[in-house]
Amino acid sequence: MHWIEGIVQGILLGGLYAQYALGMALMFGVMKIVNVTHGDLVILLALIGISFADFAGLGPWSVLATLVPIGAAIGWLLQRAMLNRVVGNDPLPSLIATFGLSIALQNAMLVVWSADTRSLSGGGIQQASIEIGPLFVGVLPLIVLICATLLTGGLDAVLRFTRYGRSLRAASADVEAAAMVGVNPKSVYATATAIAVGILGFAATFQAMRSTVAPADGPFQLIYAFEAVIIGGLGSIWGAFTGAMILGVSQAIGFRINPGFGILAGHIVFLAVLAIRPQGIFQRKS
Amino acid sequence: MSLLSTHGLIAGYGDMRALHGIDLVVNPGETVALIGANGAGKSTLLRSIMGLLPVAADMVQLDGAPVGGTQPHRMVQSGVAIVPEGRRLFAGMTVEENLRVASEHAAAPQGQPWTQERVYDLFPILREKARTNVENLSGGQQQMVSIGRGLLAQPRVLLCDEISLGLAPRVVREIYEALPQVTAQGTALVLVEQDVGLAQRASQRLYCLLEGRVTLEGRSEDISRDDISAAYFGASHALD
Ligand SMILES: Nc1ncnc2c1ncn2[C@@H]1O[C@H](COP(=O)(O)OP(=O)(O)OP(=O)(O)O)[C@@H](O)[C@H]1O
Ligand SMILES: [Mg+2]
Repeated sequence: MHWIEGIVQGILLGGLYAQYALGMALMFGVMKIVNVTHGDLVILLALIGISFADFAGLGPWSVLATLVPIGAAIGWLLQRAMLNRVVGNDPLPSLIATFGLSIALQNAMLVVWSADTRSLSGGGIQQASIEIGPLFVGVLPLIVLICATLLTGGLDAVLRFTRYGRSLRAASADVEAAAMVGVNPKSVYATATAIAVGILGFAATFQAMRSTVAPADGPFQLIYAFEAVIIGGLGSIWGAFTGAMILGVSQAIGFRINPGFGILAGHIVFLAVLAIRPQGIFQRKS
Repeated sequence: MSLLSTHGLIAGYGDMRALHGIDLVVNPGETVALIGANGAGKSTLLRSIMGLLPVAADMVQLDGAPVGGTQPHRMVQSGVAIVPEGRRLFAGMTVEENLRVASEHAAAPQGQPWTQERVYDLFPILREKARTNVENLSGGQQQMVSIGRGLLAQPRVLLCDEISLGLAPRVVREIYEALPQVTAQGTALVLVEQDVGLAQRASQRLYCLLEGRVTLEGRSEDISRDDISAAYFGASHALD
């Protein structure tokens, strides 16, 4: 019983990590960019959302509806203004550029929002739970998991079945060849980053509702996203989702063993996967 | 007026200059062959035209307007497409998806547009393989996809870089027999070809490149074997 509950909690936690990981998997898969600002963008969006709630009186769902387009706009701008200049076969320039931006962003957030921890009121939904068989499951984590599943399925469908998805897959297979058949790589990239950061609008809202956020929290979110993506296999969408579940379950089970061991258990599983299967569990053969 | 032309085109890689002033003319609907030894600069010339290498604007003209250095996807929109050296298909995607990416980003068609059906009529084997991932095709089939992709860009001029390379003679014949159907509707072709005889037979005009310079140009049927070998290997070699 104890363990089943742990696994269920882990899967629910994995739902949040999946929302972090999706955009990272997308950006890495298409552009070979590891966006170090990924976690800071979650925090930035969360703080923006909390401010909207505080000053404009928005409820959590209105905050979500606002943060997704804001995230998409930030992503588009980030790609156009910065990442399109450093993207290429060598992943190092984008790593260095986003590392610098991450530090700048953390400092800027500190100036605007101070170091206080804040959270978003969910109007009671945080406390609500439903009984499924012998288990009590929180309503909010369940919503998070459902959103994560729909986002993953939706993104996968976009990649498979739409004109944009085909152009993106073409660009990730061979960007020069894609340009030779009329695809504009820079605009494909800008849209990819817009989608990636737009999804963080979900992650930011839910993170701010279930817990607290402060300007320096970004690197932790980045690590979870990164671990989920590596466990699942770089660049694969459902791989990132499953990686997030594995990470969530590892942490939850670790937490059951010893409350101090939870996060560490996730890191250990991540390192074990790196050692045994560095290409990730679900990586398609290239 | 010529459709596509280059004017003293100079291009290279970093400090290394590979082309030293190329003048090339392509008229609407004509087939121009480009021959030359390995490393002569044929691919570099096509890549420069396509906007894949930096060149000055007036070194490449389309309909008499300077287009040198235009980004490749914009060249496609203006009616120039390329079948690149090494095929460069989109791995992980099916034949149909490869073709579809091209038709979804094509130029506005001139005359009867190329459709997936017409490409399948041209290369019937591709219809059978439509749902196969391109990495599982034979070399010849991959080349057909690459040509189909080029056609679906609805080009007015199609630049073909060694479309016969590494293919069985029967497949080469099959591909070259399909080319008249392409030019029949007014599409011009530039054929980079290793097989000199094939290049001569398939084209109306021919250019020979040697070490980044044009050493011979003329009507394909008027050029003699000796002229070609002198131009191909350099005059010193021919004198031996
Ligand atoms: N990516 C590159 N970087 C540096 N030099 C290059 C590159 N590609 C080609 N070159 C050089 O440029 C010159 C022209 O090469 P190019 O590929 O245009 O020749 P080619 O006529 O197409 O030859 P082939 O018949 O072998 O395809 C050669 O000296 C080649 O070594
Ligand atoms: Mg070549």
